[in-house]
Amino acid sequence: MQQITMGQAIQQALAEEMRRDDSVFLAGEGIGVGIHESPVMPTFGLLREFGPARVKDTPVSEAAIAGLAVGASVMGLRPVVEVMFNPFFTLASDQIVNHAAKLRYLSGGKSSFPLVVRVKTGAGFGAGCQHSHNLEAWVAHCPGLKVVMPGTAADAKGLLKAAIRDDNPVIFIEDMGLFFFPSPVPEGDYTIPIGVADIKKPGRDVTVVTWSKMLGVAFKAAAALGQEGIDVEILDLRTLLPLDKEAVIKSVQKTGRLVVLHEATRTGGFGGEVAALAAEEAFSYLKAPVKRVTAPDIPVPFSPPLEKFYIPNENQLIEAVKSIVV
Amino acid sequence: MDQKKLMLYQNMLFIRRFEEKLTELCKIEGKLPGMVILCTGQEAVAAGVCGALEKEDVIISNHRSHGHLLAKGADANALMAEIFGKVTGCNKGKSGTLHIAAPEVNALCTTTVVGGGIPIAVGTAFAQQYKKSESVTVCFFGDGSADEGSFHESLNMAALWDLPVIFVCENNVYSGAQRMEEHTKVKDIATRAQGYGMPGVVVDGNDAEAVLKATEEARRRCLAGEGPTLIECKTYRWRGHGEADHQAYQPKDEIAMWMERCPIKKIEKELLSEGVITREDITALEDSITIIVEDAVRFAEESPLPDPLEALDDVYI
Repeated sequence: MQQITMGQAIQQALAEEMRRDDSVFLAGEGIGVGIHESPVMPTFGLLREFGPARVKDTPVSEAAIAGLAVGASVMGLRPVVEVMFNPFFTLASDQIVNHAAKLRYLSGGKSSFPLVVRVKTGAGFGAGCQHSHNLEAWVAHCPGLKVVMPGTAADAKGLLKAAIRDDNPVIFIEDMGLFFFPSPVPEGDYTIPIGVADIKKPGRDVTVVTWSKMLGVAFKAAAALGQEGIDVEILDLRTLLPLDKEAVIKSVQKTGRLVVLHEATRTGGFGGEVAALAAEEAFSYLKAPVKRVTAPDIPVPFSPPLEKFYIPNENQLIEAVKSIVV
Repeated sequence: MDQKKLMLYQNMLFIRRFEEKLTELCKIEGKLPGMVILCTGQEAVAAGVCGALEKEDVIISNHRSHGHLLAKGADANALMAEIFGKVTGCNKGKSGTLHIAAPEVNALCTTTVVGGGIPIAVGTAFAQQYKKSESVTVCFFGDGSADEGSFHESLNMAALWDLPVIFVCENNVYSGAQRMEEHTKVKDIATRAQGYGMPGVVVDGNDAEAVLKATEEARRRCLAGEGPTLIECKTYRWRGHGEADHQAYQPKDEIAMWMERCPIKKIEKELLSEGVITREDITALEDSITIIVEDAVRFAEESPLPDPLEALDDVYI
C-alpha cells in the first residue's frame, strides 16, 4: 500500500473525482498557484492537470467563495471550495450557515446543494489565534450541513470522495498537523461513508472518543496505559454531523467509561454533545463520571511554550483515564 | 414592441392586484401568518427585468420578492399557498413569503439576508459560464444591500471572471427607515460599478420599457462574454418595509408624489393613447386578473396546513 500524507491523500481524492466527474471544480485562495506551494498541500499540481477553468484561484473574498459554491451547486455543479484557515470561516459563514445549510429546507426539498467546503485547521504552527481556531462545534450546530473531520490519511481520501458525491453541503475540516506524516492509504477509488464512526483500537476498560489530529494523542496514551494494564478503546468519530450515536453508545455500553478528547476549547465544544449522549442513552452503563480532555478556554497563544500548553496531550489523557479507571 | 409593452402592463397589473389582495388579507386578524413585505410601486423593475429574460435565465431575489417571482412565471396558486403557510405552497410551507424558491421557473433562491443573494448569483452565473449555456443570472437587491461587504466581493469576482450576471439594484429610496443620504454618500449606486470594471447604468425604475431595454443590453453583453452589468433602477416603495411598518419616516407628500408617477398608470396611458388597448380591454384584463387572484386565495384557503412532523423533512437529501 502507498505511504502518503493526508495532504497527498486529499490531493488524490480531488484529482480522481475531477477525472471521474466534469461537474467537479475547485475554487479558493491560492489553490492553483499559492503562497504555501508544496507537494504535501492538498491542491498541489491540480492547476497543471485540470487548467484554470476548473481550478479557480480566487481573490481574497471568503463570502464570495462560499456563495460561488452555493450558487454553482444549485445549478448542478459539484464545487469543492477552500477556506484557507478555520478562523477565516467567519467571513464565509453567512453563505454557509444561512444559505448552504438552509436553502434546501427553504425550497421544501426542491433544490439541492452538493458542495464541499474544505477548511484547513489546527494549532501547532506558531501562527496564533487568528490562523488557528478549531470551530467544528459551530458548524455542527447547523442542521442541513454535514461535518467531517478525518484523523488519518486513508480516511481523508475515502471521506472526501464521499463528500464530493454527497448531495448535501459538507464541511470537510483538515488538520494541517496531519499533512506532513506518511501513512498507508489504499490506491484507486474507494469511499468511506459519512456518518459512520470507526473503532481505531478495540479495548475493554475505557472508551476514548476523539477525532482529527487528537487521534494520534489517543494512540500514544493508549500505548502507555496498555503498559499498565488499562485497555483503551479508541473510537474515531470521523463525522461530527450526522453523529454516529449508535457507535458511541455501543462502545460506552461495553467499557462503562468515557473520555472525550478534542483539540477545540472546552466550553460549548462538541465533547459536551458526546458526553450528553452518553448521559442520556447509556447512563446505567457508566461506572464513572464522563471526562473531557480539551484545550483550555483561551485563544490559541503564539509563544511556543504557550501554544504547547494549549494543545491537549497524552499526559492529560492518561491522567483523565486513570482518574476514572480504578 | 407593442406586444412586449402590453405584456409589461399585464404583468405589472397582475403583481399590483396580487399584492393588493395581500394588503387586504393582512388586515384580517389571523389570516396570514408572519411578515408580509410588498413591492407595491416597484412593479416596473420586476416586469421590465424579467421581460428581457428567457425561462432558462436564473433569478436570485430578496425579501421583496413577489413581483420578481410572478414576473418570472411562478405559479400564483403555489405562491399564495406558501404565503398562507400551506402544504400546497411552492415550498410546502417551509419558506413562507420571505424565502420562496421556484426552481421550476429558475427562481432559485430568495434570501432575506440583506446582500446574501449577491454571492450566490456569482455562483449560478459561474455555472452558466462553466457549462457554456446560453443563459444569464439576474440578482435583485435593494440600495441597502450595496452597503454590505458581500456586494463588494461579488461584483469584484463577477467582473474579474466576466460572469454572465446582471446586478439589479432596486433603489426604492429607503434602506429600512434610512433614506439614501443617511446610509451612503453617493447619489447613484451605479457609480460603484466603475470601481469594479463593469458598466453601471441608471434607469427610471418606474419606466418598465426603460428597465426592459437596459436589461436586454446587459443580457446581450453577458451572452457575448463581455461580463456583468450593474443596473440601478430608481423607484420608490409606496408601503412600509413590511405591512407592520407604519411609515413614520416617509413624508406623506413624498409618497403622494411617487404615486403620481405610478409605473402602471404611466404605461396604461401610453397604451391607450397609442391605440394598443381600449378601456374595454383594460376592464377585461382586470376581470381576468381578479379571477386568477381570487382563485389563488381560494386555493390557499382550502389547502391543508402541513402536518407538524413535516417540519423534520427536507433538511437533508
